[in-house]
Amino acid sequence: MADDLKDLKLELSKNGIFTTTLEELYNWGRRNSVWPLTFGLACCAIEMIATTMARYDLARFGAEVFRPSPRQADLIIVSGTVTKKMAPQVVRLYNQMPEPKYVIAMGACAISGGPFRDGYNVLKGIDRYIPVDVHIPGCPPRPEALIHAFMTLQKKIEEQALRGESRPRHLNADLPSEFPVPEFGAHGLEPAQNDEVFLNETGNPLRIIQ
Amino acid sequence: MTALPTAEDLKAQIEAGVPGAMVTIVPNGSPSAQDSLLLDHEHARAVALFLRDHPDLRLDFCSLVTGVDWLDTELTEKVKVKKLAAGPDGVETEQEVEETRKTKVPGYLEAVYHLFSMEKKHGPPSLPVVLRLRTANRSDRNHVPSLTSVWRSCEFQEREAFDLYGIVFDGHPDLRRILMWEGFEDHPMRKDYVPPADDILLEARP
Ligand code: SF4
Repeated sequence: MADDLKDLKLELSKNGIFTTTLEELYNWGRRNSVWPLTFGLACCAIEMIATTMARYDLARFGAEVFRPSPRQADLIIVSGTVTKKMAPQVVRLYNQMPEPKYVIAMGACAISGGPFRDGYNVLKGIDRYIPVDVHIPGCPPRPEALIHAFMTLQKKIEEQALRGESRPRHLNADLPSEFPVPEFGAHGLEPAQNDEVFLNETGNPLRIIQ
Repeated sequence: MTALPTAEDLKAQIEAGVPGAMVTIVPNGSPSAQDSLLLDHEHARAVALFLRDHPDLRLDFCSLVTGVDWLDTELTEKVKVKKLAAGPDGVETEQEVEETRKTKVPGYLEAVYHLFSMEKKHGPPSLPVVLRLRTANRSDRNHVPSLTSVWRSCEFQEREAFDLYGIVFDGHPDLRRILMWEGFEDHPMRKDYVPPADDILLEARP
């Protein structure tokens, strides 16, 4: 929002007049009702469950309703080890979620393969197949870390402009909302990564050095 | 609580009870001293039934089946051979020469079974009874007889050994991969398995 508009809003609110913009209202509603998918993969899921319980109380952020169907979920928390056998199902679940949708990769396993990275059976990070919004390191990350990731996601949603080049994916018909599901190959998953998604911090595709 | 017989006694009992069975004791040098019994393929099922049904043994519970991969090895030995060789004076005499000889020892795959008795609750020190079955080599002759028909609990674990080691259990009722998917070709727990190169360092594409 332009600065002069902000100043005007501030000035008005000092005089007891509350103003807002459609964008602000829309994002405020969105960020406070992010419903995660009931979905856990390994030990990290236990921490995710703890986060939703009374002590850590994710309900404070409007995310207490874990939806048992991807059709009703806004957020998939990939909490735990993604085995190669499970990876196609994770991608499929993500594809079944309606836009706008977000991904938190929780824990060392989900972001990189973690302690099982050298194994034959574990996917080395779910960001090879679906776009991840927030990564949380840790094995497992504490509930506080998940809450921090959640707040980071809320901030990200809040800052999304509804128009212009950087508008979110669900408002841009040119961007895909579904991603190819990897196939079981003779020696591993094929392809080993999705070049459209597996990008480095500057937006270039990452490549495997043989 | 009765103690189980030692491996030597077990071997003697089996050989008396199952005619023709060949049992070899594979000693275990570690402090646990869990010696195991290597069975021949032909009588493996008969020996397993004998162990399960013998009134004093009643080894009715197979708690674990696993595989072991023994790679092909090369045996190097120094041998002394007599050879005719010319001495410094030009006269040929017989001399002892040391030669190194290399022999290829083919590796094999091994299925290991751990047996307990629920009925007898045999106490230490000789728990569990360990059976071994060996394949002839690691490539084409990789069959051993299945013991699923004796202990039902072997079914999934033999499938796992088939999946991860490539041991083929003859007589198994449903020998399919259990952990990896159908169409996967490798046996990941073998020592010479090389995982697909999807984990080497990553680099930004130019
Ligand atoms: S990161 Fe650690 S705690 Fe989380 S799923 Fe992996 S092994 Fe379990």
